[in-house]
This record gives sequence, C-alpha cells and structure tokens, in this order.
Amino acid sequence: MTEINTVGVIGAGTMGIGGAHAFAAGGLPVVLVDVSEDALDRARDEIATNARMYGLIDPELAGKTDVLDRIIFATDAKLLADADFVVENVTENWAVKRDVYAEIDRICPPHTVFGVNTSAIPITTVASATARPDRVIGVHLMNPVPLKKVVEVIRGFHTSPATIETTQALLRRIGKASVVVADSPGFVTNRVAMLSVNEAIMLVEERVGAAAEIDVLFRQCLGHQMGPLETADLIGLDTVLHSLEVLLDNFNDPRFRPAQLLRRLVAAGRLGRKSGQGFYEYEGKGQ
Amino acid sequence: MDHLTTVRAFVGKHVQGIELGDDQDIFATAGVSSLFAVQLVVWVEKTFGISVAPADLDIDNFRTVREVARFVAERGLMA
Repeated sequence: MTEINTVGVIGAGTMGIGGAHAFAAGGLPVVLVDVSEDALDRARDEIATNARMYGLIDPELAGKTDVLDRIIFATDAKLLADADFVVENVTENWAVKRDVYAEIDRICPPHTVFGVNTSAIPITTVASATARPDRVIGVHLMNPVPLKKVVEVIRGFHTSPATIETTQALLRRIGKASVVVADSPGFVTNRVAMLSVNEAIMLVEERVGAAAEIDVLFRQCLGHQMGPLETADLIGLDTVLHSLEVLLDNFNDPRFRPAQLLRRLVAAGRLGRKSGQGFYEYEGKGQ
Repeated sequence: MDHLTTVRAFVGKHVQGIELGDDQDIFATAGVSSLFAVQLVVWVEKTFGISVAPADLDIDNFRTVREVARFVAERGLMA
C-alpha cells in the first residue's frame, strides 16, 4: 500500500473543483492543475464559496474554510511530480484523456496511483495509455464531491489489490466509503443513470411532461433525492452528452443514442448549473 | 417590493410543483434538493448586499420564506 502525502487533481471543472475541495477538507495537500488560468481562478472562487456554504448542508464541513491554504493552483503539470495519488477529471473525451495520461506517466514517480474520474470510459482502456496499468483505477466521484459519502471505485483489468487498498484508504481519510465494481463502460451508476436521464430528456422533448413535473414525480413518488433533469443540470449537459456518446460507441447499442433536445441544448451553450441555464435557471452563474 | 415579497418570488420560482406557505419548511417539502440551500444563501448575499457571517451560516436561518425575510431585515444594509 502506498502512503499518500500529496494528491494531484487534474482538470479544474465541476469535478476537479469538488475533488480538490474534498481532499483539502480531509487535511491533504492538493495540487490542482488545469491548462487554463481562467479556469483556475474560477476554481479558487468557487471552492471559497463552497467551503463557506456546504456547512449549511453537512455540519461536518462547517467552519472548514481553510481549505484554500492546502491547495496549490497550477498550470504546470510538472508540479504533479510530488503527487502520490492523482485524480484526473479532464473532459470526457478519450483523445484528450489519452494525451494527459501519456504526459503524467512521464512526470509522476513510478509509485503514483492514477485515479480515473470518468463518466463512462473503461478504466482498462485508460490504463493501456500508461506504463503502470496495475496502478490505474477508476475513482468515480459524485458531484458535489465534498457532500457525497460514497465513491464508485472501478477495478480495471490490471488494477492490483494494493492499488485498490491504497485508494480505499485514501477515500476513508476524507470520510468516504467506496464500492468496488468491475470495469465496464459507464460502470454501474452511469450505465443506468445516463439512460434514465436521456429518456427523461426525451419525455420533455415529446411534451409528455415539463422538466419540473418529471423531477417532482421522481422525488416525491420514487423517493429519489433529485429528479433526472436537475441531475442532468448538476452533472452538466455536455458531460451527459459525452457520456452517452462513449456508451453508444462502446456498446454499439442504439439505446444509448442521445436525445436530439440534449444535442440542441449543448450546441446552444445551455450546459446546466455551470452555465446558469439548462432545464432550469440558476442565479449568479454564467451570463 | 418588501423583503417578504422578494424572497417569496425567488423561492416560489424554485420550489417545484408545490404551493409553499411563508412559514413552511422549504427543505422539508421535497420540492427542492438540499443544494438549494446554497443557491438561496448565495442569492441572499448578492441580492441584499449581505455577507453572511460564519455564525449565521445555519440552515435554521433560511428554513422558511418568513425566516429568510426576517434575516435580511435584521442583517441587510440595503433595501
């Protein structure tokens, strides 16, 4: 088992922001890397806001506003040379991810474990882009990361028991349990959730029900914490679209074909919570 | 608009499919997810020019439309 002193987080989007926050709130030094200085600035602001606000929801996070002191924001991936565990959250696009893994495989020391935070790309595929397939593992964090208590961990074809142990121990340090599943596109959660979200979007498109009505039925009748459309807004509609495309590509099964309305909203820049508008409107974000 | 009307309009827009009274617990209605608490407090800060102090960042200050309006009236600098 590898001792983890520093965690690297790649990609300062929705997931990277939450991941960096969660590890820092657990007391770990974090290096958050993104190619965009603007994205890092937004990440800093958002983590500061969330660090203040999440105490409203989870009393354990109340008062933990010093998280920014433990996060280094960097555009230079070479800083990841200090990381014992890297969580990668770049966009759900294999070509982009492949280049990132080739680069960090060169930068990081041999002991460093790569945690892949992907919505649907198989972990074994990601591992094949590195010279350390035994130290590559799926770490499917859920949004908002600091508030979620369980992580879906995915065992790739070559993932070693020691890597699984290291990963679970790290997650326990930040107060999270984990469920380990075998590798398959979309794993357990997104294989089912993306289909359900896509089908709900088709219901909106066919005017069977409005977004708010569909979500109320899921929340009030089925006991879900959130309905499928507000979940889509939270994930980001672009990520939902990319995930469905990855599932479609991997299974070659038309049931994963993305709804036309989803494609249209993404093309129009309505990406959900992060852009200020998706199926719902959000104040204080985007335009 | 007075605070109560402003707050009621904002919350009403976000609570889905439910008739919400001013004294009803917003978060117990299941009309919103728990994340709405963050959205609500961020909105209060922006709309009324308040910076909510750490000690006030308690969900009990924001549970009902009337409590939010009262909080704004007590801590707000701007109308």
